[in-house]
Amino acid sequence: MKEKAKILDKEAISRSVMRIAHEIIEKNKGTADLCVIGIRNRGVYIARRLAECIKGIEGKDIPAGALDITLYRDDLALASGQPLVRKTEIGFDINDKKLVLVDDVLYTGRTIRAALDALIDFGRPQSIQLAVLVDRGHRELPIRADFVGKNIPTSKQEIVEVHLEESDGKDEVLIAEKE
Amino acid sequence: MLWTKKDLLGLEYLTPEEIGLILETAESFKEVSTREIKKVPALRGKTAVNLFYEPSTRTRVSFELAAKRLSADVINIATETSSVRKGETLIDTGKNIQALKADIIIMRHNCSGAANMLAAALDISVVNAGDGWHEHPTQALLDIFTLKEKLGRIKGLNVAIVGDIAHSRVARSNIWGLTKLGANVTVCAPEMLLPAEIEKTGVKTSSNIDEVLKNTDAVNVLRMQFERDEGTAFPEQLDYYKKFGITEERLARVKKDIIIMHPGPINRGIEISSGVADGKNSVILDQVTNGIAVRMAVLFLVAQAREARI
Repeated sequence: MKEKAKILDKEAISRSVMRIAHEIIEKNKGTADLCVIGIRNRGVYIARRLAECIKGIEGKDIPAGALDITLYRDDLALASGQPLVRKTEIGFDINDKKLVLVDDVLYTGRTIRAALDALIDFGRPQSIQLAVLVDRGHRELPIRADFVGKNIPTSKQEIVEVHLEESDGKDEVLIAEKE
Repeated sequence: MLWTKKDLLGLEYLTPEEIGLILETAESFKEVSTREIKKVPALRGKTAVNLFYEPSTRTRVSFELAAKRLSADVINIATETSSVRKGETLIDTGKNIQALKADIIIMRHNCSGAANMLAAALDISVVNAGDGWHEHPTQALLDIFTLKEKLGRIKGLNVAIVGDIAHSRVARSNIWGLTKLGANVTVCAPEMLLPAEIEKTGVKTSSNIDEVLKNTDAVNVLRMQFERDEGTAFPEQLDYYKKFGITEERLARVKKDIIIMHPGPINRGIEISSGVADGKNSVILDQVTNGIAVRMAVLFLVAQAREARI
């Protein structure tokens, strides 16, 4: 794998997250019934940061959860390498909530499809909105994000790597070429 | 860590890492049973067959629920009402189930080694739900899972297994699993119920329950299978309860937070008192709950490994 460019650095990521937090509050007219659920792994960290920012802006705590979508994948049967099943932790009722689903990269849309199926098993939210740090295009399903940190046009030969403090020790988004 | 085995036959055949992966996967599956909709689509379109040559309710129901919560279809075959009565061999029955395009056979059999034999003859997955006196891997896995959940670790724990060690597949699987994960295991039973050379598996033996309990973090109390020798039971049972029964009086003299496990069904007043079985040290019903998560993990992993092969 060959690194090509750094797309976002620490400051840019933090500004994107802050802007998305503002947009979420604006679109939902405040924090009533609002909750965020991140997709494992890195979506969870971004979801927690969004909850932090929203608290900073509005002074209200909103519930944050973690969703593992492994058991809902459509490629489970042909998964290259075995996916590790991780914990889903949604410690609150999602019925009638305005739910913001969070992931790091939006690509084919298949992860989001799986996440929607999983969420419906937990209840019936008032609405589900999607927030992603990076949208790299190449959708294979009719899915779009409501909140995007940065649109990055890519080729399918490229890999978008999101590194976050919580899991990787530093904040950055890189684009690399498959070799 | 990848799971590559199409079958689960016994803990003897697993590495500590493989046991760890099952336990870790089970932790994630535990949440599914707490949902209002207790189902995930992971094994949708797969068929699991419960093939039971020995009566069992709890293990069969637990496997059936585990498979159903993964969205697999489940068929139950009780051999008393099947072609086994007409003389069909185990391998033939297995090959017929395979020809029906089932994906997993969950088998309980009264002969030790039956699961190994069936697994070697078939391409589909075989999960051992107890074979003779050999192994009952998912029971030991759920015992270990429960211990780890309650005490946070397995390594270095002092665990006692009390009861009919000689005839117990639960004891054997527990010994393999616990010793592989670094626990210190003591088996405690009347002389005649301790198998010869059991020390070679790395366990200590004793026939003095009060000594054993003094230095123990957890006790796995096995069911006394008196139904094996009918007729002599009653005085023998009373004598066993007096010498080995886990009672409040015995527990009053040892560590206050000692964990009491039992694979069920429990015989109150034979190997355990009602007070202990229902008391604050007992995790017997947690074991039942955890059994589903552990069996979901096992079914998921063997099915995935088989997919990866094809």
